[in-house]
Amino acid sequence: MTYITKPRIDLPGQSTNKIGLLRRDYEGVLSTLCAGCGHDSITAAIVQAFWELSIPPEKVVKLSGIGCSSKTPAYFISGAHGFNSVHGRMPSVATGALAGNRDLVCIGVSGDGDSLSIGFGQFGHAVRRNINMLYIIENNGVYGLTKGQFSASADKGSKAKRGEINQWKNIDSVSTAISMGGSFAARSFSGDREQLVTLIKAGVMHPGCAILDVVSPCVTFNDHLGSTKSYLYTRDHYHPALETDFVAPANEITTSYAEGESTVVELHDGSKLLLKKADSGYDATNRSKVLRYLEQQRARGEVVTGLLFINAELPEMHLIYGTSKTAMKDLRFDKLNPGSLALAELQSRMR
Amino acid sequence: MKPTNTNNPNHFHKVVDCQWACPAHTDVPEYIRKIAQGDFTQAYMLNRESNIFPGILGRVCDRPCEPACRRGRTNQKPVAICRLKRVAADHRGDISAHMPIIPKNKNGKRVALIGAGCASLAVANDLMPIGYECTIFEALKEPGGLMRSNIPSFRLPANVLNEEINAIVDMGADLRLNHPIESMKSLLAEGYDAVFVGTGAPKGKELKLPGREEATANIHIGITWLESVAFGHLDAIGKRVLIIGVGNTAMDCCRTSLRLGAKDVKVMARKPRDFFKASDWELEDAEEENVEIIVNHSPKEFVLEDGRLVGMKFEQVEYDIEYGRIVNQWTTGEIVVPCDDVILAIGQENAFPWIERDLGMEFDQWEVPVVDETTFESTLPGVFFGGDSAFGPKNIIWAVEHGHQAAISIHRHCQGKALTERLPVLMNLGSRKMGMHEWSFSNDFDPAARRKMEHVELDQRFKDLTTEVELGFTAEQAQQEVERCLNCDIQTVFFDSLCIECDACLDICPTQCLTITTNADKGDLFGQLRAPRREPEQPLYVSEPLKQTTRVMVKDENLCLHCSLCAERCPTAAWDMQKSGFEFPRAIDHNGTS
Repeated sequence: MTYITKPRIDLPGQSTNKIGLLRRDYEGVLSTLCAGCGHDSITAAIVQAFWELSIPPEKVVKLSGIGCSSKTPAYFISGAHGFNSVHGRMPSVATGALAGNRDLVCIGVSGDGDSLSIGFGQFGHAVRRNINMLYIIENNGVYGLTKGQFSASADKGSKAKRGEINQWKNIDSVSTAISMGGSFAARSFSGDREQLVTLIKAGVMHPGCAILDVVSPCVTFNDHLGSTKSYLYTRDHYHPALETDFVAPANEITTSYAEGESTVVELHDGSKLLLKKADSGYDATNRSKVLRYLEQQRARGEVVTGLLFINAELPEMHLIYGTSKTAMKDLRFDKLNPGSLALAELQSRMR
Repeated sequence: MKPTNTNNPNHFHKVVDCQWACPAHTDVPEYIRKIAQGDFTQAYMLNRESNIFPGILGRVCDRPCEPACRRGRTNQKPVAICRLKRVAADHRGDISAHMPIIPKNKNGKRVALIGAGCASLAVANDLMPIGYECTIFEALKEPGGLMRSNIPSFRLPANVLNEEINAIVDMGADLRLNHPIESMKSLLAEGYDAVFVGTGAPKGKELKLPGREEATANIHIGITWLESVAFGHLDAIGKRVLIIGVGNTAMDCCRTSLRLGAKDVKVMARKPRDFFKASDWELEDAEEENVEIIVNHSPKEFVLEDGRLVGMKFEQVEYDIEYGRIVNQWTTGEIVVPCDDVILAIGQENAFPWIERDLGMEFDQWEVPVVDETTFESTLPGVFFGGDSAFGPKNIIWAVEHGHQAAISIHRHCQGKALTERLPVLMNLGSRKMGMHEWSFSNDFDPAARRKMEHVELDQRFKDLTTEVELGFTAEQAQQEVERCLNCDIQTVFFDSLCIECDACLDICPTQCLTITTNADKGDLFGQLRAPRREPEQPLYVSEPLKQTTRVMVKDENLCLHCSLCAERCPTAAWDMQKSGFEFPRAIDHNGTS
């Protein structure tokens, strides 16, 4: 961390996005995380992705729970709405926010403790309901704020800073999300900015709950030899299963790939995801194959990354409920609240 | 690209743009820090080491440092480096204890210096402390050369000039005033061990147009006219004055005219403003005094009535300009501008009528001696040139640097050593880290704008010739201006073996000057930079391959603001802020056996 604020420098010829904003306009306050924390890299990737997508800051809601990861929404898009909720309860707040205003672009930032221990139930139901949000899990395998105990995502056999070996099997958020019927599950690494930015963009534009698990080394408690979430270990075992290109609406896919080597997934807004297979035969749209593949790679100790599973056709929460197409906050008051007579009539139908 | 060799002093020296741009390589950031600490005497001495005349240059330097200043890249005006130099000079204490000690026992070598201008004085300044006996010959009645004769005293007061010249003469130089050298041959016959020519470019250019001969009483050559004013031979001029030319001499001529009684002064320029030779600030100062600068007028003839100058005829010219170059021009008409006097300030030249051509000294096609650009020696061994007399008109700070280099050559010549085997520039790097987030320099970026130099009120200025126009910075102004310096000499130094590629530095950098990327050829690598490369002249730093991924760290030195945020963010101290100090060898350093 630093004590002095990053100054705003007026450099000649700085580029702005489609709505005339500088990248700096998507930044937040000065980070108070440890210097070198992977979370700060993810923050920077979020800044870059939202800036490149030209999303107006006031259209964004950023939510979090408790933990190092959950501090980070303060560090990006100062102009966005935000809520820092109770430990593990970010998905509930997201559900409420999106129920009230379905036009918001929702990003939830959580950690491996927040989502895979205390908030595991909330995580599962957010996936199941397919809430239209980008759900980032900043995964470092330890409880950083309480000095580095193993979290639920720590791999069996991983060594803590003070020497003890983890005895428990890890919960894998990606395969959990897929088996719970999720529509989008991806993994990335805070040290692979290019992939991370693309996956954030894909997750934002995906119409449903996009789970993005990001391996984010804890420089203070989990970046030593023997850790399986360190910068070095992740790089040594890094295995992108497929590359993803995000192609904005109205843009053409310009690169060409051999037949069978790539899949195009079209999203509802017209943007496209071009999935280029690094591993031959990998099919990110086939749930059972993906789960089998993940199990195989897990046995090899590899950190498999990329957009591992996607089904853009699964209906999100509002579609399932059949709610109003207009955001509830935009409904006229008499439509939103038809009054006590209407309530009495409704109740009489249930007698 | 190949990893950058930062052991070569040139890499980091180039990053200190002001110091790199200064011909004498004045350590600007360090003296600004000394001023910030209130240590004006040390700030002055640090200046004096390189540029010898801090008080003079703090007023009239051509300031190549300021256009180079890194501040200018943040859409702001550069640090007022020159005016801060004056702050050091104005507020310094007694410097006598810090001056070099002059040995009582001389080394037996005698050097003749011709012309008591900045170049010769610089040579004397460097040679006297080694034990040389220096004789300075000056044609005029006072020393200083163009600093005295051509720069008006309302810009450079005589007491400032005298003080800094005396500091050198008082080292024991034998200054012979009113002593023009008429013959090089007879001077050489006097048996000096070396001769240095620092006679400047004393001949003003002539404008041969119809009427020139007839109206000569009211047509003046700029530098000669300024000299006459400086020495009190002239104290009046007509009411309406035309200045031909827009160099810095023209600016001095027009402003001096106003102080001799002229009421309507026009500077006539042949080309548009972008092509003016005068420095922007000199143009501004002249215009502040209501001098009118008229562009696109090409002089045709001097107009006379009854044998007296009454005006000047100009052709009005239009230009086609493409990418800053004139590609076409044509005349649209003619006009006569009435005037009482015309001053010609269209350039000056060297002239060496006093050097015999049969001495074995080679002259080029323009009748200028052939001088080596490193050693400053002519083709006649033992005869050296410096300042304007070496390579034509430049400025004071260049002349001082010529003096330093010529002094090294003279010292080597007198020891019988090869002139070309000169000592290299040395560099020291030392960390400025004091604690977790503490540096021994003011690293927080200060967005303050450049302080404005206050001037004497217009109605007070023209009463006499000697009222200095600039008032100097107040204490508050100086205090704010020093904080604008970005400390370019505190280098961002990278240790590739410590980097874990966490990207923290990339994200905190306010200018995105850092990139971690796969190494590639020049062109490809430039394309991968996070902030586009705008200044191809500025160095790029490329690290050795990084440990974890074999990618490389790339830093565009052009954009780095030396705010030290990368070093504060780095979890492994792979970035450090280190002060670079450069040692430029002087004559006295060449005492060794090499």
